[in-house]
Amino acid sequence: MREGWHHIRNILILIAGIVAVWELAYLAVGDVALRSPWQTIAFLGGLMKTDLFWTHLAESMRAFAVALVLAVVLGLLIGFALGLHKLSGDAMEPMLVALYSIPKITLYPIILLAFGLGIWAKIAFGAIHGIIPVALFTLSAVRSTRPILIKTGRVMKLSSPEMARTILFPAAVPEIFTGIRVGFSLTLVGTVLGEMFASQHGLGYLLMNAISLYNVDVIMAVTFLLCVFAAAVNTVLLVIDKRLHHGA
Amino acid sequence: MSRVRIYQIAVVAGFILLLEALCLAGVIDKVTMPPPHIIFRDFFRMISAGRYFDEIAKTMLNVLTAFALAFVIGTLTGTVLHGYRTAREILDPLFATYYAIPVFAFYPLFIVIFGLGDGPQLLIGYMLGVVAVIVTILNGLDRVPNVLKKTARINRLGPLQTALKVTLPFCAPYLLTAAKLALAYALIGVIGSEFILAHAGMGYEIGFAYTNFDNATMYPLILLVLLISIVANGLMSWWETVLLTRRGIK
Repeated sequence: MREGWHHIRNILILIAGIVAVWELAYLAVGDVALRSPWQTIAFLGGLMKTDLFWTHLAESMRAFAVALVLAVVLGLLIGFALGLHKLSGDAMEPMLVALYSIPKITLYPIILLAFGLGIWAKIAFGAIHGIIPVALFTLSAVRSTRPILIKTGRVMKLSSPEMARTILFPAAVPEIFTGIRVGFSLTLVGTVLGEMFASQHGLGYLLMNAISLYNVDVIMAVTFLLCVFAAAVNTVLLVIDKRLHHGA
Repeated sequence: MSRVRIYQIAVVAGFILLLEALCLAGVIDKVTMPPPHIIFRDFFRMISAGRYFDEIAKTMLNVLTAFALAFVIGTLTGTVLHGYRTAREILDPLFATYYAIPVFAFYPLFIVIFGLGDGPQLLIGYMLGVVAVIVTILNGLDRVPNVLKKTARINRLGPLQTALKVTLPFCAPYLLTAAKLALAYALIGVIGSEFILAHAGMGYEIGFAYTNFDNATMYPLILLVLLISIVANGLMSWWETVLLTRRGIK
């Protein structure tokens, strides 16, 4: 309990620090290119009352949600398949790591050509960002399952799907959850990035459109919203993540 | 050749052949993607003619600058921060959530503040990498054995000398991991920013070729970016393994 309080105190100090740095930056740069924290929050409040904003937000969230589901499902499938077959896992893991570190944005034009301008291109782009971490974490989780558990399963003559459902999956849940947490963040990054190039809808489009209109209020408000959303969800996922790892 | 290597080559070759077959069969139409052999041909033509060398040089210079900034500042910050427990505890939640935040969302803001030039791109590449460097360095410094720290104290080394002669050399494998991450992020940050909005650079040219349906330029450039990042990442990983093997860790 004491530790929990300690942690919350640290987070509060951190938030206060970030707000202070932001305010100082605003005082230094001025109204030309920045808004203060209070102005940003006030503007965001106003923006949230407009229908246009909700249309864009809904579009982003829809793309993001579908992309996340795809990333988790495909990532789990790939991770399990590679984790269960040693040669495939050994060969594909470094290749997945290499794919993880390339600037995937350069692949976006190919995705646009394949899927056309629209929501599916964003979904595909978000999903390819998320699939790899989910697959990598699942792969390592399945591979590092304690041998005694697998032996027990064999003794009980479980079939492969039964083995995955009753032994491998429960044993791998904490690691897989970490993968999903990382996948969540990257899918969001991917979806927003997709919206920032050649898109007509969504928060990413709103950001890019605001540059051409030189609308600092919108840029600050949307960036702030994205950061708060990402940080808040990630914090919740981190808490669950820690619990899963300690409970195991 | 090991079985793993044969498997990897088979996967890559199989993938390219599959694309080739799909393109030739017309399942993937020409507007979407030319067959791989045409891409390779265009790629070699582009390289041998020296086209886009200025753009490539410009992008690479920015990537290296962003990488150097992230690596140097990250290593310094990590080393200093390691000595201050409270500061580190306060920053911990920031480090834990940092990579959940879409850093690219800051790009428009940076353009408004600094203007459309190299500055915002460098800043994005730097911001993506620096925290990974700090976290990796902290992680490495946590593992320095007490006996080394004691030896440093017995020899009356100051904080700077301890860092330069004892702790950082011990952390060499971690420094390398940090460098690998910083380089990958610098590539992603700079090329990504160029792609979204810029006046020049490889990312910009890819975006430009896309808007003009110029597949003969777009695909070779994409191939080049992929090759550069895969080779850079592969070299760093290889070096990392060599260091770790020497330490008997791997």
